[in-house]
Amino acid sequence: MFKAFLIKYGEIAIKGKNRYLFEDALVSQIRHALKETEGSFCVTKEQGRIYVEALSDYDYEEAVDALKRVFGIVGICPVVILEDEGFERLAEEAVKYLKTRYGDCSKTFKVHARRAKKTYPLQSMEVNAQLGGRILDSFPGMRVDVHNPEIMLHVEIRERIYLYSDVIPGPGGMPVGTNGKSMLLLSGGIDSPVAGYMVAKRGVKIDAVYFHAPPYTSERAKQKVVDLAAKVALYAGPIYLYVVNFTDIQLYIYEKCPHEELTIIMRRYMMRIAEEIARKTGSLGLITGESIGQVASQTVQSLAATNEVCTMPVFRPLIAFDKEDIVTLSKKIDTFETSIQPFEDCCTIFVAKHPVTKPNIKVIRHSETKLAEKIDAMVKEAVETAELIVVG
Amino acid sequence: MEVYLDNSATTRCYPEAAGRMCQIMTETYGNPSSLHRKGVEAEQAIREAKKILAGSLKVREKELYFTSGGTESDNLALTGCAFANQRAGKHLITTSVEHPAVLQTMKYLEEQGFRITYLPVDSYGVVRPEDLMEALCPDTILVSVMYVNNEVGSVQPIAEIGELLKKRENPVLFHVDAVQAYGKYVIHPKKLHVDLMSVSSHKIHGPKGMGMLYVGEGVKIRPLLYGGGQQKDLRPGTENVPGIAGFGEAVKKIYTDFEEKRERLYRLKGQFTEGVLKLEGTVVNGRTGKDSAPHIVSVSFEGVRSEVLLHALEERGIYVSSGSACASNHPAVSGTLMAMGIRRDLLDSTLRLSFSEFTTEDEISYCLKALEELLPMLRRFTRH
Repeated sequence: MFKAFLIKYGEIAIKGKNRYLFEDALVSQIRHALKETEGSFCVTKEQGRIYVEALSDYDYEEAVDALKRVFGIVGICPVVILEDEGFERLAEEAVKYLKTRYGDCSKTFKVHARRAKKTYPLQSMEVNAQLGGRILDSFPGMRVDVHNPEIMLHVEIRERIYLYSDVIPGPGGMPVGTNGKSMLLLSGGIDSPVAGYMVAKRGVKIDAVYFHAPPYTSERAKQKVVDLAAKVALYAGPIYLYVVNFTDIQLYIYEKCPHEELTIIMRRYMMRIAEEIARKTGSLGLITGESIGQVASQTVQSLAATNEVCTMPVFRPLIAFDKEDIVTLSKKIDTFETSIQPFEDCCTIFVAKHPVTKPNIKVIRHSETKLAEKIDAMVKEAVETAELIVVG
Repeated sequence: MEVYLDNSATTRCYPEAAGRMCQIMTETYGNPSSLHRKGVEAEQAIREAKKILAGSLKVREKELYFTSGGTESDNLALTGCAFANQRAGKHLITTSVEHPAVLQTMKYLEEQGFRITYLPVDSYGVVRPEDLMEALCPDTILVSVMYVNNEVGSVQPIAEIGELLKKRENPVLFHVDAVQAYGKYVIHPKKLHVDLMSVSSHKIHGPKGMGMLYVGEGVKIRPLLYGGGQQKDLRPGTENVPGIAGFGEAVKKIYTDFEEKRERLYRLKGQFTEGVLKLEGTVVNGRTGKDSAPHIVSVSFEGVRSEVLLHALEERGIYVSSGSACASNHPAVSGTLMAMGIRRDLLDSTLRLSFSEFTTEDEISYCLKALEELLPMLRRFTRH
């Protein structure tokens, strides 16, 4: 019954002179999201509205699901499109629409007409009144309630006429690509994909970096990260995933530095490498899934010690989330099942029984001086040999 | 250099078997139940394969049933016989080192009200016939013992058990899971007093998704699946003609120059065990000589996590298994090694290497050299 969708967007409507940039980004994200679905669509923007019109048969559920993943969309309204063939015809179609959609119901309703085409013979208020009358005539059980209607029938009169009464909630946020790009440190755990999702929701394009430590981590662990990136890409658009071989650096730290400090020092080098790749590829910030106190390396002291090596802003959207809330979100975006596959990641392979939980930055810096001989060359090599996988 | 030493997980398909399958799929593609010539041709292909299989086991063709593999054969044998014979008794006996296809089926039967006895094994992973004698009850209806253990290659005393069971007054059915033994031994179920025997095709260079169950004439058994009457209604469903034909080709080939091939496998195994025991901190689990299977070696490496060693070997093109491949994708420790009572700290440090007729001496040397280099390196970096 629905051949098209009207897309409602919220925040971006208030962005002043940049508005067209946001709308264009939204249009392009919608096109991208629908590319993988059945059927072909035409996405147009006109007068503060974005319309998605099906040009062929399509799968309604699939299309709505795809649209529900486009950040920036506040509401998805399935619309019926009519040619303007006079008010009589409009009234018939409106009654037919309500019958098909709601059956012979007895709900309260309101007609909300908007006349963008000023040559239309009736004014908006007249359309409201006359159409309301027709509906009352056809549905004896229906009543008008202009304040709190159960059915709000929108009638938009443009070159053609658009009828709709449903608003399916969208994800909100801002269209990806309107807020620069950042580098996500993706580990394969539960948190980092959620962090990537949350920042992408604010319109940030996402690249990702994964630290691979063969033979301590397996091909399957890497595949798991690719799979996670693909899940996030359903929302965030294609993700450039950089796979860094981290084994040599890890072993070098293991040999030279105190064992309890291994995790912190290792994370400092991960940040340095991620930032270096970010700089080279146009990202302006780093994203991590850290959450205060979750593990030894995420106490405030540890976060401070890790953060110290970064010059870019580090976005930690989960910083004050409880694990349970993160799990709920990961289930919502469907990364949970993948995240809990039991493959070892590089953070756990050499973890000490009692890692420092309150690292002293000065002590850590001192320990790192023991790496001076080779570490710069190793970092350089890690950055240069990172493997790029385009996901999504 | 690519060195595939995981032949107990699966094997490379013989080109002859693959070629035959391709020919069946594209030319002799009829349904063997069809009345027309296309159907007859397909049926002919099945007959040819059956003849080869029956010949290799010295059984009658009508005693063979094709299945989707070892797991289905085990399920059909155990579940089918348990339910068909439950009036005679509800007690079954198996060993604690069976493949999960048997152990999990037994668990299911336990839920269905059957009583199961799990026999222990000695430190070499072998069951003692005395233990079996003791476990037998008047209401025992079936005994299931694997021929070759998939994790350590221990060989069970099948002939002796068959002899024991034959002497019983109350008939007890004897099932043998021969998935790791078929193609490595000449097995004649009738001579061994075996009533049911499971085999699999992809362990002997045949296609995957293909197996067989031998059911001796007169054995009471019920089907798992119901359908259109194929295979005397014990395993209905259109026959997997390409799979069956490929399986037949593989059996023909593997039993050609058989003694030579087996001698060669024992030589390779000897070369490997000798070499690996020279390395520091290694233990070979189970027996090593001719009273063990010719193609499987289980080795523990002190102070090294098997998964790390496995991936380190992988980086050099060497493919092996940690513990048992079937259990390797969940991090539970090996049931067989536990049952053998090997040292706890070695459970997570054990690799299984398994050879085939494609394995060469050079490959073994290459693998030994890799181990020699890797072990000291990996032992330097361990979890504290």
